[in-house]
Amino acid sequence: MAETFVDEDGGAAGRRRALARALLAEPKVVVGGGFVLFLVAVALFAPWIAPHDPLEQDLMLATLPPAGFAGAEPGYPLGTDGLGRDVLSRLVYGTRIALTVAFVAATLAALFGTVLGLLAGYLGGKVDTVIGRLVDIWMAFPPVLLSILLVAILGSGLHSVIIAIAVIDWTRFCRVVRAETMAQARMDYVTAAVTIGFPRPAILVREILPNVAPVIIALVSLEMGIAIIVEAILSFVGLSVSSDTPTWGGMIAEGRQIVHHGWWVLAAPLAALFAAVLAFNQLGGGLRRALDPVMRR
Amino acid sequence: MTAPLLSVETLTAVSGRDGGRPILRGASLTVARGEVHGLVGESGAGKSTVAKAVLGMLPATVRVAGGRVLFEGRDMLTLDRPALRAILGTDISLIPQDPQTALNPARRIEAQLTDGLRLRRGLSARAARARALELLDEVSIRDPARVLAAYPHELSGGMRQRVLIAAAFAIEPKLVIADEPTTALDVTVQKQILRLIRGMQERHGTGVVFVTHDLGVVAQICDRVTLLYMGKVVEEGTTADMLERPRHAYTRALLAASPRYDRPDAGLQPVPAAVFDELRREIAVFDAREARHG
Repeated sequence: MAETFVDEDGGAAGRRRALARALLAEPKVVVGGGFVLFLVAVALFAPWIAPHDPLEQDLMLATLPPAGFAGAEPGYPLGTDGLGRDVLSRLVYGTRIALTVAFVAATLAALFGTVLGLLAGYLGGKVDTVIGRLVDIWMAFPPVLLSILLVAILGSGLHSVIIAIAVIDWTRFCRVVRAETMAQARMDYVTAAVTIGFPRPAILVREILPNVAPVIIALVSLEMGIAIIVEAILSFVGLSVSSDTPTWGGMIAEGRQIVHHGWWVLAAPLAALFAAVLAFNQLGGGLRRALDPVMRR
Repeated sequence: MTAPLLSVETLTAVSGRDGGRPILRGASLTVARGEVHGLVGESGAGKSTVAKAVLGMLPATVRVAGGRVLFEGRDMLTLDRPALRAILGTDISLIPQDPQTALNPARRIEAQLTDGLRLRRGLSARAARARALELLDEVSIRDPARVLAAYPHELSGGMRQRVLIAAAFAIEPKLVIADEPTTALDVTVQKQILRLIRGMQERHGTGVVFVTHDLGVVAQICDRVTLLYMGKVVEEGTTADMLERPRHAYTRALLAASPRYDRPDAGLQPVPAAVFDELRREIAVFDAREARHG
């Protein structure tokens, strides 16, 4: 009468190994995650990686082309900008701002949006109506204009940029988490938990949240890419950190002005921005697949 | 005779939407301690609504217009949330219909099976685990330790249903609501599961409300049966009486429409239109009387 059991490995260590295997089997996670780790390493070890001081100006060495082009100087592999600053070093230091904003802003937006999304999806009724309306109103504002407005009110600086991104993008999490929570709340296992007599907060946190978590994690990764773009936009218009801190957006703004005789000053930060956002997007897509508890085998 | 464990008294419910369409028309039934009571009817007959009312979990779209649902003398319909929670999980539990969605995919079996024991019986993690192993053994799972460490998707449908049965009986409830627990399973597994529920129920002396649309299932497990049609009780009695000496034409017609293991040669007869006419007439009479009184 007893049936045979299909799983081969038991125990927590086996589970962790199985999870690691599932993640590594997803090429998007490996490639995207690998590049994100590379960026993190670059940001952490910037002083050792950067060949020059990113702020050191030398007008004698202004607008040197990157290695391989006529007139390139050794020691400046990506050339120099209009003030003679090393582009590679500035790029390396710019990673710090980009990743700080990506991690902190995306996490804050996720926290805020998830809490409201869980409440709206699970409680329904008036709570859902109020939160849903709030999301609708929020999304009626163009995000870039809203962020510029917010930073203008809060004053420029890293904190303001992070707060602006979190305040604008929580709706992204709220909508997805709300829909997913509603779907999960209809499942029989939630009914079963109710019949055991669990209070509602416990059901929300212990039963529903773990099933919504894969979607949130994937979305956080996507949001990090978006946060990097928004930070670059705000830097571009000069509303982010002060101009003596190198940022990708600031570099793009500077490069734009000398694009005719120094295209690399524009191309280098654009390429870095593109690669970083692509990596976060790939990682997000891959995580969504790999973490789904039902699809996991 | 002692007081029944559960007594549903002239329960009347209407849909909150589409203009108060009646869902239950004065349905009554009583379940004694240790009895398996079949709640039978076609789709929309109101059997699930009765089950939900017993669990105090009627959806917001259903409005109770009258009647009581007494569990050990307390009306489940008027209890406040804390009082209801105190009964659910200690005295009443549920075997859900679909083993695919009734277990949380993100949590191990151990966590799900010990939830009730820890919350309701105050067992320590270690004691709850020991009890869970016993329970899995009781529902004929060969390798309980391994199942406890598993996630639901690693188990077959039959295994999952066994886990759910173990969970329902874990806290030694007085009443188990089984909501079509075998509908999602194939027939061979179905038979094992029925035997299992019956065995558990007899050992623990538990009352069971067994919701099903399958008279074959009723014959295998139920002591008494209540047959519903459009929210009205058509016939009520012991399983033997109902299957051997059906009183109502609808019951007779349903039996003739069901495959019988004991009479393999008897062909299957569709339910004659005249039977439905008769049922509708009875319901019209009931509705007219309700309208006069209410």
